[in-house]
Amino acid sequence: MSTGVEAGLTLDQVEAGQAVPPLSYDVTATTIVLGALASRDTRPMHHDYDFAVNRNGIRDIFMNTPNQAAWFERYLTDWTGPKGRLGRMKFRMKSSVFPGDTMVLAGTVQKVEVDDVGCGWAEAEVALTVGDKVCTECTARVAIPTGPDDNPWQRRGDDWRP
Amino acid sequence: MTDVQQTDLPDDVAALLGTRQYEQTGEFPVERGYIWTSCASVENGNPLYWDDDAAAAITDGPIAPPTMLSVWFRPHHWAPGRTKVALPLQVHFDLKERFELPEAVMTDNTIVFYEPVRPGDVISTAQVLQSVSAEKTTKIGTGRFWVIDVEYRNQRGELVGVESYTGYGYRKAES
Repeated sequence: MSTGVEAGLTLDQVEAGQAVPPLSYDVTATTIVLGALASRDTRPMHHDYDFAVNRNGIRDIFMNTPNQAAWFERYLTDWTGPKGRLGRMKFRMKSSVFPGDTMVLAGTVQKVEVDDVGCGWAEAEVALTVGDKVCTECTARVAIPTGPDDNPWQRRGDDWRP
Repeated sequence: MTDVQQTDLPDDVAALLGTRQYEQTGEFPVERGYIWTSCASVENGNPLYWDDDAAAAITDGPIAPPTMLSVWFRPHHWAPGRTKVALPLQVHFDLKERFELPEAVMTDNTIVFYEPVRPGDVISTAQVLQSVSAEKTTKIGTGRFWVIDVEYRNQRGELVGVESYTGYGYRKAES
């Protein structure tokens, strides 16, 4: 499986304004519950319909924050390939994601730069939407190799400035 | 969240701002079972997590997905001898109780990633309360916003990440 290692973006292939290919996914109760358990989150609003509706006053169980982070990570590294290394992610949760929703993750590159220690970075705005509604906005800073021989994962200490 | 820590913060809460609290060590070492469960939950096919040759070539061996940071210190839901369920992000629950706000949601979350987390690592955390807002009314109720930083280190003391949460504790709006 060397293809996974060879493939992947380099910084010269990325520019501001570029779209990150969208991802669409049909969310089920299983998606929500598996995501909560994968993040060791047993709070009831992520698995118990009755609690979500009658205690929290919302319409169904909903996706937890760590699982949303995992979706954003998967979305971004699908785009960069395995040498892409997340530096920073900021989320703003505006609305919840429920079973039955078709969620779409779509992003745009805002900025491309090489920092003082030679690390290549792309900053992207990614929105998780359901229909016309933006559920979560994410700003991500991802290190991308500056060339075929560069690998951001090799950076440590002061050479890594996320 | 800029107009924080002004007039109405009780002294005991104000005293917590910037203080390291609840230093704790994860209850189990980072392990690949959870890594695969997490990848499966979002259908993440990144070869770093599925192909040991790719992991060896790129990251000097297997690592955990960076966004799994909070997973490694979430307490077991039950453990022998434990009299009550331990809560992750205890500062958040302390504030709910202190201000008598029965409901809470998380609104913002920023994560900064440093050293990769690897299977076998044991992650330690500390929680630092950064700010608490005055009482505010939103569409779901009335309560306060607060910001809590969680710092993560591995068993060698290396910083692996810092996570910053904004929580909103509230009383439901009367319907």
